[in-house]
Amino acid sequence: MIVAEAKTLEEILESLQGMSKVLVVGCGGCVSVCLAGGEKETGILASTLRMKRELMGDPLETVEETLTRQCDPEYVQQLAKKLEGIDCILSLACGVGVQFLAEQFPQTWVVPALNTLFAGATMEHGLWEERCGLCGECVLARTGGVCPVIRCAKSLLNGPCGGSQNGKCEVKPNECAWQLIYNRMSELGRVELLLEVAGAKDWSKSRDGGPRKMVREDVKIDG
Amino acid sequence: MAEEKSKLQSLFEQGEFAVTCEIGPPKNAQGDGIRKHTEHLKPFVDAVNLTDNQTAIVRLSSIGAGVHVLAAGGEPIIQMTTRDRNRIALQSDLLGAYSLGVRNVLCLSGDHQTFGNHQEAKNVYDLDSIQLIKTVKDMREAKVFQSGEVIKQGEPRFFIGAVANPFADPFEFRVLRLEKKIRAGAQFIQTQCIFDMERFEAFMDLARKRGLHQQAYIMAGVMPIKSAKAAKYMQKNVSGMLVPDGIVEKMSKAEDQPAEGVKLCIEQIKHLRTIPGVRGVHIMAVAWEEIVPEIVKGAGLLPRP
Repeated sequence: MIVAEAKTLEEILESLQGMSKVLVVGCGGCVSVCLAGGEKETGILASTLRMKRELMGDPLETVEETLTRQCDPEYVQQLAKKLEGIDCILSLACGVGVQFLAEQFPQTWVVPALNTLFAGATMEHGLWEERCGLCGECVLARTGGVCPVIRCAKSLLNGPCGGSQNGKCEVKPNECAWQLIYNRMSELGRVELLLEVAGAKDWSKSRDGGPRKMVREDVKIDG
Repeated sequence: MAEEKSKLQSLFEQGEFAVTCEIGPPKNAQGDGIRKHTEHLKPFVDAVNLTDNQTAIVRLSSIGAGVHVLAAGGEPIIQMTTRDRNRIALQSDLLGAYSLGVRNVLCLSGDHQTFGNHQEAKNVYDLDSIQLIKTVKDMREAKVFQSGEVIKQGEPRFFIGAVANPFADPFEFRVLRLEKKIRAGAQFIQTQCIFDMERFEAFMDLARKRGLHQQAYIMAGVMPIKSAKAAKYMQKNVSGMLVPDGIVEKMSKAEDQPAEGVKLCIEQIKHLRTIPGVRGVHIMAVAWEEIVPEIVKGAGLLPRP
């Protein structure tokens, strides 16, 4: 899932300066699972903002709504009927959701309430970790199912740098991804795979080639 | 115009036990210090490494520093990390460096930017060190850029170096990684500073078993320690460095700590020379360049060829 975290209250308040009525929109997708932008967080943020602005002598009116997903025009359109008298939308979605709202409502100012962090998973309650760099050319078959592109601080593709010690990366407190790769390859008796020199990666398949699109003609519905 | 072949490479081919050292470029735009160091060091060493923004701290560029070394009559080894430049910039700088007379390049990934003075920087790592080695080799042997485009004339013909750290983990993988670097095109190797002699000997043993000592010139890295405090700091705080308690103890007990550091370094070099497959020594006297002559002399490595 996409993991995100709340921006500081100060930053959110600053982005709402001059606004008196705000539509606070949560998302029932990934950010709901990582406890950053679901219905509950949306309610808490809206009431916190109202109290804070009350104390500042500049009361704020909020309308709350949590969509099933903000990255889907069908759900986003449900907000159209709520925009009457609204100065601004505050979105608790990832960057995708914020942009979808901005695209769907060209006349409305939209600001984010979260910082979008990474593609990862819940490790334990209250702990999320990054697992995929979305590089567009998966190398996991060569690295025993551990991704060096995103889990190595230098994205090295040919083994650990000289800073790996006792399983730790030189960038503390991270684990060394290459130690994990080596351990797995050893356990599975496939260390010899690591002797192959991995060539330069094609970063054009990552975001370096510009914003990406995926087209599947086979599932397109002809108009 | 500079000779086509690196002097360092010629010395190795003649069977000489090579001696190199390191000059850390300054955090300013003045090259006279590098020239002075070069003048002072050149009778004692065969070539000088110029670090590339080591520990991710902005310094005069390794290529710029290498040109100062050349101007002062020295033989530069420019270090090139893949942290700050993509394949376009790396290859462009290789062309530039070669055109200015630089003949040796040491390819490495570089310290992570979180150690440096611009911790908010974006790192590049378009290539890793092994991919850079292969790129430099392909430019020379296949006469192509990394993309495969042909270099029609005047290809850079560098003597290619790489680093190896026998003291980092996983230990068993370290020799395989050295082998990968050699397969990719590394011709000489400089190791991380050796303090744990036992581990280094185990590393060389494995390297010899795979015949690596016959495929590249392996130079053992040493570092004179100036104080017990420095030894303790490296023992505790530097990833990928192993400083045995015995060394810290010797330094702590010494009345004259810098002299003890020099003595230890000389003993290490004398011992390293006896290890089969060690073809030279690389002295990393960080911020203590002036001590190198005394070490080279004490280790019986004079006169230089």
